Amino acid sequence: MIRSARFWSWIAFGAGLLYFFLPLIGMFEFSLRAKRGEYSFLAYERVLGDPQFQQTFLYSVVMALFTIVWGVFLVTPTAFWVRLKMPKLRPYIEFITLLPLVIPPIVIVFGYIRLYNTSSFLPLTGSALGTDILLMFGYAVLALPYMYRAVDTGLRTIDVGTLTEAAQSLGAGWITIMARVVLPNVLVAVLSGAFLTFAIVIGEYVFAALLNRPAFGPYMVWMGGNKAYEPAALAVIAFTITWACMGLIQLATRFSKHERAKR
Amino acid sequence: MTDATAALTTAPPPAPRVLPSAALNWFGVAPFLIFAFLFLILPTLHIVVGAFQTPEGDLTLNNLAGLMAPQIVKPFVLSMKISLLTAFLGCLLGLIIAAAVTKGGLPGWIRDAMLTFSGVASNFAGVPLAFAFIATLGRLGLVTVVLKEVFGLNLAAMGFNLISFVGLTLTYLYFQIPLMILIITPALDGLKREWREAAESLGASTGQYMRMVALPVLWPSLLGTFALLFANSFGAVATAMALTGSSLSIVPIILFAQIRGDVLQDPHLGYAIAFGMIVITGIANLIYIVLRARAERWLK
Repeated sequence: MIRSARFWSWIAFGAGLLYFFLPLIGMFEFSLRAKRGEYSFLAYERVLGDPQFQQTFLYSVVMALFTIVWGVFLVTPTAFWVRLKMPKLRPYIEFITLLPLVIPPIVIVFGYIRLYNTSSFLPLTGSALGTDILLMFGYAVLALPYMYRAVDTGLRTIDVGTLTEAAQSLGAGWITIMARVVLPNVLVAVLSGAFLTFAIVIGEYVFAALLNRPAFGPYMVWMGGNKAYEPAALAVIAFTITWACMGLIQLATRFSKHERAKR
Repeated sequence: MTDATAALTTAPPPAPRVLPSAALNWFGVAPFLIFAFLFLILPTLHIVVGAFQTPEGDLTLNNLAGLMAPQIVKPFVLSMKISLLTAFLGCLLGLIIAAAVTKGGLPGWIRDAMLTFSGVASNFAGVPLAFAFIATLGRLGLVTVVLKEVFGLNLAAMGFNLISFVGLTLTYLYFQIPLMILIITPALDGLKREWREAAESLGASTGQYMRMVALPVLWPSLLGTFALLFANSFGAVATAMALTGSSLSIVPIILFAQIRGDVLQDPHLGYAIAFGMIVITGIANLIYIVLRARAERWLK
């Protein structure tokens, strides 16, 4: 009986393997087909050499970095402060951070377009810079559930109250406490939130498309409609980035476990 | 500052010191609350209020009534169908794979590899995912070509088309199944071996153990994850957009077109559609939250 259970387990696992790896193989194989009759990296050469690709990719990378910095500055002091001074507020803050999973992104950006247009009290969409800032805020909202949970989990492992008192008794102000006590302690957690944010922002489509910014997501959709093999190459690149981000998260967490074990 | 510390360390704190510091405490969370209000809550409220307003700003229920028009009902039905189907299949297949990997006697490294891969795959959504499926099951895709040339199976002649309901379902499952695996694996780990042994020592068969012990324990997790997967697929835009262009009218695609170019020629109907989406994903998430709280009782 146990043997048959194991047999069926292998079957289920094998079927899953097939379903999950065939598209990856298919995408890779397709991306190599650009030259007729032989496999080549021509599609990659074309994509990487495309100035549009370079611009949109760079734009999205810069956006991702700004989003991460903004997210860390917004979330870390808040999570710290709530744990230290206002524990009763925690469920409410947590609820707010989970809202972006409930409200579809397309609805949020719809709200932005209506609320921050040129005739509003905060006409962010009136200029390119304003729209970039709005887009960055939008990305920060999308990343909020992951960022907040990552930082809050990191804070759980340290004794916030004692560390703060120790720092204060040594004469540290709040900024010193944040920068030299709290942040180094939750750095690993922040990093894993940051990599996830990076993966989300790089491939994001709806916000960038509806706010009309030249990001990587809309570029990929445009390529999908106009080219044959380049989209597959783009998909391979995007998948590699996702893997790299997840790999770095794993690495960061493993690193942190190691460090904790030493103590 | 020292006041705050004193209030924290001496218990019970003297009343006059607490009040000003409590008011000051709010400054610490103010940046976050202001940000969340301006860029998350206010935009959403704007849409919700707009759904109940005429273009002139008067209160009305006409926009919601407009949702009953066949051109709007159809996309909602289609979206519901696709979300229900991918959530159901995602739960079922994810459960089977997770059970096989955690409880099926497979080597331990497979479990870790599967969880890592699920973490990646559940985030590999959107545009690139659509491209991967086009490259695999599209007209010139690898599987299509291999089936045709090696096995003589013509998928297109058999009625398969990637740019369709079935194709979209197949594509969505690529992020739905991994999400299910990620969520259900801890729940499966929560099934203690003692329960099984106890059931067996009382003479239960495997089927009885599953029906009378495992399933009732897992039930809240399963239903809760179902609701989450439903919401996950209901709000997805980019994958469908890149896969089908706008040939498959699901709600997010209609809303996208409406925001871009007012294709329905009624801006406030757009608000109503968005409001409808919030209501549906909101209900689904509420179910998830309630059931997850219930499921966690068994995970201690």
